[in-house]
Parts: sequence; structure tokens; C-alpha cells
Amino acid sequence: MNFSLTKEQELFQQMIKDFAEKEVKPLAAEVDDLERFPIETVEKMAKIGIMGIPIPKQYGGAGGSNVMYSMAVEELSAVCATTGVIVSAHTSLCAAPILEHGTEAQKQKYLPKLASGEWIGAFGLTEPNAGTDAAGQQTTAIEDGDNYIINGSKIFITNAEFAHVYVILAMTDKSQGTRGITAFIIEKGTPGFSIGKKEKKMGIRGSATCELVFENCIVPKENLLGKLSKGFGIAMKTLDGGRIGIAAQALGIAQGAIDETVKYVKERKQFGRPISAFQNTQFQLADMNTKTEASRMLVRKAAYKKDAKLPYSVDAAMAKLFAAETAMEVTNKAVQLHGGYGYTREYPVERMMRDAKITEIYEGTSEVQRMVISANMLK
Amino acid sequence: MKIVVCIKQVPDTTEIKIDPITGTLIRDGVPSIMNPDDKSGLEMALQLKDEKGAHVTVITMGPPQADLILREAYAMGVDRAIHLTDRKFAGADTLATSHALAGALRKIDFDLLITGRQAIDGDTAQVGPQIAEHLDLPQVSYLEDLKFDGDKTFTMKRHIEDGYQMLEVEAPCVVTVLSSANTPRYMNVGGIVDAYQKEVEVWGFNEIEVDEKDLGLKGSPTSVHKAFARGLKPAGELYEVGTDEAVGIIIKKLKEKFILN
Repeated sequence: MNFSLTKEQELFQQMIKDFAEKEVKPLAAEVDDLERFPIETVEKMAKIGIMGIPIPKQYGGAGGSNVMYSMAVEELSAVCATTGVIVSAHTSLCAAPILEHGTEAQKQKYLPKLASGEWIGAFGLTEPNAGTDAAGQQTTAIEDGDNYIINGSKIFITNAEFAHVYVILAMTDKSQGTRGITAFIIEKGTPGFSIGKKEKKMGIRGSATCELVFENCIVPKENLLGKLSKGFGIAMKTLDGGRIGIAAQALGIAQGAIDETVKYVKERKQFGRPISAFQNTQFQLADMNTKTEASRMLVRKAAYKKDAKLPYSVDAAMAKLFAAETAMEVTNKAVQLHGGYGYTREYPVERMMRDAKITEIYEGTSEVQRMVISANMLK
Repeated sequence: MKIVVCIKQVPDTTEIKIDPITGTLIRDGVPSIMNPDDKSGLEMALQLKDEKGAHVTVITMGPPQADLILREAYAMGVDRAIHLTDRKFAGADTLATSHALAGALRKIDFDLLITGRQAIDGDTAQVGPQIAEHLDLPQVSYLEDLKFDGDKTFTMKRHIEDGYQMLEVEAPCVVTVLSSANTPRYMNVGGIVDAYQKEVEVWGFNEIEVDEKDLGLKGSPTSVHKAFARGLKPAGELYEVGTDEAVGIIIKKLKEKFILN
């Protein structure tokens, strides 16, 4: 057993920390405040390969590991959770299912553009009446000659407004329930496909979260992803991978809040000494750091198992559950340690606490993670 | 075009702590980085490669852990990396270092040799010019910019105290580059994945063309007499007064110090 990073991972960490600090951090407050998608950051990330980390070189990716990818989402999220989720949704929810389930022609067509960051990816499963109960899909896809005609809508779609390609799920046979769901690859500009309402959110305010609307949207049959009626399995597998990304995002948010707090408590003086001299501060910091390090171990383990082609679904659920709840707890404590200043937008911990909440909700709520974990224990 | 860039691994700090007893740098816990001026020079080489096409080699002299900056250079896009390391090089001052590097460079064909102006751990700015002297090549120091005509001639912008000099120089030549000349690119993720798959050529004394007496401690005419941290000066006195009164105070102070009579 070895807990050390490889030399390659160390070199990667050096680069991504430097990139996050210089290119991402300076924009974080503005992106949040203006609810602005940081497209210039996506372009910079694309240039150096961050948009295609775990995509094999043969499809234009960096050929890196999922451990590296999780480190990237962690470091980006430590300074800007919006940027972290843009990369996570793009990589785990769009490029990954095409890589894992696509035909060779689909991989050749989409992966090089996604991996190079020329195209941004998104994923559509959630509907107004199908959240945790994903089987309640109402979007339909009806066969019509060489095409499928899709009708319905998807909500809360990360990257929606800026994406060029979407992996979406639709009912091809309503009578079959989850066995009647099929996955499709849909390109921006497909007739009958449009972007609907943009959500105004509590956190990760720069990530363009919108509705996808399908009105007699004509999708050629060659865009069917995987096999007919196998969409539910593809969606669940995709979310397993996605959870590593979101767990890494939560981990990053927690680490970012700790970094800010350590800096603050050394500077802030009360009763004639820095508040870092008080045992309450020290004990809070110790708890924050211990839980965050535990999150990191769970995230890296899940990513390692995905790289090693071992079953990782439960590991990803545990990582996401623990990292998300830790992020919420740590950012809450970080705000408390900052006192009144922590409640203002002058300090980033206010934003981090808002950003943390979503990690307990999206890509499977904490309750869903508990269902996944316990179901495996009781089977 | 063939370009060689000399790079050095240095401790990443502007507040290097010095052991008060031995007078040497305390390197424990200080991360090591590629020297900023060298990295700027490397960026200059990579830009020439992007624009005109070039083969870029990096070379460093240093202990085994200096391998890291060669991997970093691979991840930034260089084509070849050479690590000069041998016990015979240990304890070298700038002259012995430049002899070893020149010895290696005699074995490499190049049109342009780039070094950083100076390293942040020594600040001597001597090694680049010394290499040029050993190899008997024209040198231009303190470079801000460089253009290549695609054939033989470089147009260079050199920083001088009061402004700039514009120079035309024919290949082969040596330049030393300022960190302000370029913003170095980030390592590429795919490049990082490949960096440890590539070969770093390790060269020792036997691989280079140099006289052994010019190397290491023996070849070092200078030695560090004493290294010390700058003492803290007390805060000055602050007067918020008008110009006439200020002039009076300054003159009085200068007289107190016997600078004025």
C-alpha cells in the first residue's frame, strides 16, 4: 500500500495549483457576483489539456488518470467551485459516457473536440418530475425512419448555455419503465432543440444552469448512445463517475475554506492576540483538516479504483457523501471563525459556504448516496 | 534551427534562511523550482519553435533531484533533456560551472544558446557570459526580446540602464534572458503524462569535453567567505511637514551625520 503521489502526479499538482492560483482565483468573486460563465478560463484550460484529462491520447485527450482528473477538480474548486463543476460535468457526464458507451464513429466525432475543449459538454437526465426518481422520465423519443423525434424538457443542466454537445436520456418505450430509457448524443443547433430558462442559484453561480427544451427535436439514429433501452444503466454508470468529480469539488471547497481560515486566524487579533492562539480556533481547525483529509483519501481511492478498472460505485458514493457533508461543515465553521467578516462578500468563505451546499444535492443527493452504500451492504 | 537552453533548479523563496553557524543556505522545506529567468528563456525558445519550427534541448547541471525541472521542461514542450551530474562537478563556483556546461555544449550542435540572466539563489549573472567566452561565441546579455529572420540573423532587444539597445546578431550566439521578457507557458497535461516516459540523458565527466582541473572545487577560484541575512533596520522617523521645514530637517540630519558641513 502506498499513499504517495507518483512523480507524474506531483508534477501535475504543481501545475494545476499554479494555474488555479494565477488564472482561476482572481476571477472567482466576479464570476459569482455577476453569475458569469468564465469562458476565458475554459479557453485557457483547453489550451493546456485540462478539458480532456482522462481521455485517451488516441482521441485527442491528455491520456491522464482519473486520479489526476480528481486532483484537477479539487484544485480548481479550492479557489472557484464554478470552474470545478464546469470541468467535472464536461468530463464525467459528457466525454466519459461517449468514451465508455459510444461507437468508434461517435468517439472519433466527438471526443477530439471535447478533449481539446473546442466543444463543451453537458448531460441531461433530471426533469421537473424526475429528480432522484430518475425512472420517472417524461421526455420521449419516438422512432421515425432514420431519426428519433424527441419531446420534453430537462432541468438544472450544468454548462447548458455554453455546451456544444449533450448526452441526454429519453423514454423510447414508456411501458418498460427504466428498461425503456435510451441515451442520445445531441448537438447544439439540432432542429427542435433549444435552451430554456436559466436558474438563479445560491452557489456555483457562474456555471450556466439551464433548462433544455425538445420540441419535435429530430435526432439521427446514429446519435443513439449505447444500445436501445440501455440508457438507464448508462446514466447510472455515468453518475458513478460523476460522483468522483463532485466529491473532488466538495473536497476542494473544504480545502479552500481551510486555507482562507488559516490565513485569517493568524492575522485577526482579539483580546490582544491572534485568534489562532485560542484553543477553540485550534480545535476547530484540527477537526476541519482531519475530515478534509479523510475526504481526500476517499476521493483518491474511488478514482484509483476507476483507473484500476475495479468496481468503484460504492467508493464513489462514499466519497461524495462524506466530502459533500464535510464541505458543508467545514465552510460553516470557516464562516464562524471569520466572525462578522465571514458573512460578508469581502472574504471568500461566504461564497464557499454557498457553493458547498450543492455538493450535497446534485449528481445524487446525500440520501441517494446512503441508498447506494446501504443497498450494497444489505444485498 | 537548433536551440539549447540552460536551466537551473533553485529554492523557491525570496527569504532564504541561512544557517547562522555554517553560513550555508537551509534548503529543508523549501520547494525547488526552475529558475525564473531560465524559464523565461525556455519560453523564448518554445515560442521560436512554435513560430519557426526549432529543435529545443534543455541542459541542467545539478544533483539527481534536478531531474524534476527537466521533466517540467519536457511537459512544456522541449525535445531533448540532458542532466549533467557527476561528483567531479560538486562544489563548483560560477567559473567551474560554466566550464562543465561549456564542456557539454561542445558536444551539442546549436544555433542559439539561451541562459537566464541570473539565478535567484546566487544572483551572479556570470555563468551565461562565461560559457560564451569558453566557446568563443558572440553574446548578448539582458535580453527582452528576440526575433529570428528564418535564416541566420537574430534581431535582439537588450535592456540597458536607461533604455534599450537593438542588435542584429548572427547565429551561433549566446543570449541571457530576463524573466520580464516572457510569461512562461504552463506545463501541458498530456506533456506531464509523457514527461516520465521520455529519456533524460545523464552525462558525467566522461561524456563532456573539458579539462578536469577546471571542474568542481579545484576549478573554483572563488569561495563563499560568509553568507548572512540582512539585519533589520529600525523604522525611520516620519515628519508630516511643509517643504521648507522638510528641507531644514534633512539638512540638519545630514549635518548630524557629517555628510554636510
